Amino acid sequence: MNAEAPIRFRLNGREVSASGDPLRRLLDVLREDFGLTGVKEGCGEGECGACAVLIDGRLVNSCLVPVGDVEGRSVLTVEGFRETDRYRAIAAAMEETGAVQCGFCTPGFVMAAEALLRKNPDPSVEEIREALSGNLCRCTGYHAIVYAVRKAAETGKDLW
Amino acid sequence: MSQPDATAPKKPPLHRRNTPPDPQVVVDGRCPGLYILWGMGSLIRRSIPRDDARPKSGGFAEYVADLHPLGMLYARTLRSARPRARIASVRVPELPPGCFVVDRSDVPGVNRVKMLVDDQPFLAEGEVNYVGEPILLLVGPDREQLDRLLSAVVVEYEDRQPIFGVRDSLSGKKEPIYGTDNLFASYVFGASEAEMDRAFREASLVQQDEYESGYQEHIYMEPQGMVGVYEGGRVTVYGSMQCPYYVKNALVQGFGWEEGRIRVVQTTTGGAFGGKEEYPSLIAGHAAFAAVKCGRPVQLLLDRQEDIVSTTKRHPAVVRFRTALDGQARITAMQVDVTLDGGAYAGLSDVVLQRALFAATGVYRVPLARVSGRACATSSVPTGAFRGFGGPQAFFAVEMHMHHLALAVGEDPLDFKRRHAVSKGDATVTGGVYRQDVKLAEMADTLEALSGYREKKRGSAPRDEQAGDDAPLRGIGVSLFFHGAGFTGSGEKDKIKARVELLPLEEGGAEILVSNVEMGQGSQTTLRKIVAETLQVPVEAVVYRNPDTDRVPDSGPTVASRTVMIVGKLLMEAAEELRARREAGKADSSPVFKSYRQPEGVEWNQESFRGDAYQAYSWGANAVEVEVDPLTCEIRVCGIWGVYDIGRAIDERIIQGQIEGGIAQGLGYGSLEHMALRNGRIAQDSVTDYIIPTSLDVPPMEYRLVDNPYAEGPYGAKGAGELPLVGAAPALAAAVQDALGRPIRRIPVTPEDLMAEAARADNGARSAHER
Repeated sequence: MNAEAPIRFRLNGREVSASGDPLRRLLDVLREDFGLTGVKEGCGEGECGACAVLIDGRLVNSCLVPVGDVEGRSVLTVEGFRETDRYRAIAAAMEETGAVQCGFCTPGFVMAAEALLRKNPDPSVEEIREALSGNLCRCTGYHAIVYAVRKAAETGKDLW
Repeated sequence: MSQPDATAPKKPPLHRRNTPPDPQVVVDGRCPGLYILWGMGSLIRRSIPRDDARPKSGGFAEYVADLHPLGMLYARTLRSARPRARIASVRVPELPPGCFVVDRSDVPGVNRVKMLVDDQPFLAEGEVNYVGEPILLLVGPDREQLDRLLSAVVVEYEDRQPIFGVRDSLSGKKEPIYGTDNLFASYVFGASEAEMDRAFREASLVQQDEYESGYQEHIYMEPQGMVGVYEGGRVTVYGSMQCPYYVKNALVQGFGWEEGRIRVVQTTTGGAFGGKEEYPSLIAGHAAFAAVKCGRPVQLLLDRQEDIVSTTKRHPAVVRFRTALDGQARITAMQVDVTLDGGAYAGLSDVVLQRALFAATGVYRVPLARVSGRACATSSVPTGAFRGFGGPQAFFAVEMHMHHLALAVGEDPLDFKRRHAVSKGDATVTGGVYRQDVKLAEMADTLEALSGYREKKRGSAPRDEQAGDDAPLRGIGVSLFFHGAGFTGSGEKDKIKARVELLPLEEGGAEILVSNVEMGQGSQTTLRKIVAETLQVPVEAVVYRNPDTDRVPDSGPTVASRTVMIVGKLLMEAAEELRARREAGKADSSPVFKSYRQPEGVEWNQESFRGDAYQAYSWGANAVEVEVDPLTCEIRVCGIWGVYDIGRAIDERIIQGQIEGGIAQGLGYGSLEHMALRNGRIAQDSVTDYIIPTSLDVPPMEYRLVDNPYAEGPYGAKGAGELPLVGAAPALAAAVQDALGRPIRRIPVTPEDLMAEAARADNGARSAHER
């Protein structure tokens, strides 16, 4: 194994460091080293968005990111985000619209919703569809998720 | 979050939508406003929060990949690279300490996965029959190291002549894969050939047609996975699955152990759609054999590519029709022949075929029908259960055939279909009786109004003269369909024999003990509502946990749209008994058991295929409008409308989820989801290459439920899970045909196929009406 210096970054608001190969996938480091299993592996090739996290506020599929790339940056997973009022607004809206079925894609959609609402607190349905198009869901047919984001934008008006 | 709904005063609820419709999307029809007051109780129909929503959205829910028992090892699978070969030798490199090989010699009992026919080995025995077939496992502490070791394993194959596709399989020119005729199953029933010949001789018009449909891959978002644990002489398997007892029975046979030494626990399941019906039995064996050999817990997770290449798919199908019409353009006789590509092992192909055959004449009155079909063996990945289970193939074919018949007699397809639709008391294709109300006529009327069908029919609106030749072509198509709820034939009575347990809890509550799983479809909430409603307690007082075969009786698999109608009904009966006991003042904490009894009057003969193939049918009607680019042939689905009879919804929001998700999968099946073999290997082996709908692909959806409570279902409910997938693809195909004026005979309908056909049509013009 490589003996590089540990990679330091902010993870859910805390300073952490990851040792080992800097080419390891961020997804594996989050799940295995930090036990953050809300980050899911659905495809391993950046297509499904189940492993989506925010890096410096930007939505990224963590299966495509070598952990070395997050040195000095800030990573937010659903485990950090779920402590916030914004999360509670999104989760409540998802519960109400029926956006959660099998749930495997859901944390990824939660992060995608947060990434969108940060940039655009009052998105149109079309903008939501566009923003969620990098996340796959096989259960819902998407409408319920789209409405949930719209609803979160309304109920959480002052949060974003 | 609290669930205020559950404790609200018990008065008849007005239907309320929780989400105000967004003005930019057609949603007012997402669930009906047409319900009248319903006086039975406060929980039925009304949407309540799902217990599993918050744990899932917050990332708390534990899926199989999240389990890490102490000392756990990983397993990776060596898979066949050849479609059909003898294995001359397998050379495994020297393994580092702590790594193990697990092969067929580590299967202590019978090396066959228990299924209808036990032909599939857990691990290959000297021969392989499809690309992706498991040969051996490598087990060790580091997944990446295992992958490196796997790539160093050398398998020497002696190739045999592979068989690809049903025509090759039926040609009889190659050495059969299965039996002497290469058929997993073959049936014929209905009118005699002589009767059919007479009908065709007397007909005014005879129409022949052939339809093809392709593979469909489930793409449940959570890939398949299992964890095996060996402790104190017992094996426990945790995993993502629909049928804990299928898995348990497969392990009992694979180990040759007594039942008490095997335990199966379902973990939170990230989607299944039939893909986790029979397949998990195979990999549960792998994880369990490995755990016993290594003496450590073993996790086996498929990565997405492995999952796509080597797990079951929807059967590709070829369906042929020969139909006779009389002078009044009425169908007098229909001959249907169905061929399914079953892949390399028998799996569930026999039953998938039966379901396809029992849907072969659709929802129509056919005075004389002769139906035949077969499932053939090919050198490709075994096909199996997928939402609809033979129905989607049959309904695509019969709906397009009806469309073509209508055009042949110069009638509007919806009118032609409505004129032939069955009603209560009519005979089914197997000579059974549609015993409950059939509301197809009402449903077709509602669909017509909802979709604006008349105005949207091609030719009914003048084309915009200024739009030019490259303006998109619009069309609309319809489908009428059913899904028989519960197991096919006498399966519920003779094979499954479901048994449920209700365990009384303190303070009026109860725990549901069944083997049916929550896989996203909402059964956890739905079953709890049924019991809470019956016990007249808040839904929070009813507990449901993921099934553990040490605790739950065998209430059957979570398949065939049976969980609510069959298992829910048994739970309702158990709750009625518990409630009566409590009302009589008996403080008895002993559990209540209930077992399945077939409703009176339902008769089925499995030998002759005569009688009622299903105890109840759910019904649907779809309209799809499309726009097709005349140059690129790209298809845009503008909207889909639906009317469904599922008896009565236990929870409307959950039913919305089933409808919208089913529609999306059905539209994908009809258009985007192209999958084919290349040299026997699935060519589209990633979600990059195999396209499922995204949020940008799903059209506006508008639908209604008709109220048609089923007396034998809990609170009137029938099956709902599979139905919504069935009708979308045929309506889409009919819409494309309407737009282009060219016959569509194959799904998925792709721009590539349409352009190729257009090129052929230019060369030797042939219109939709000639055939």
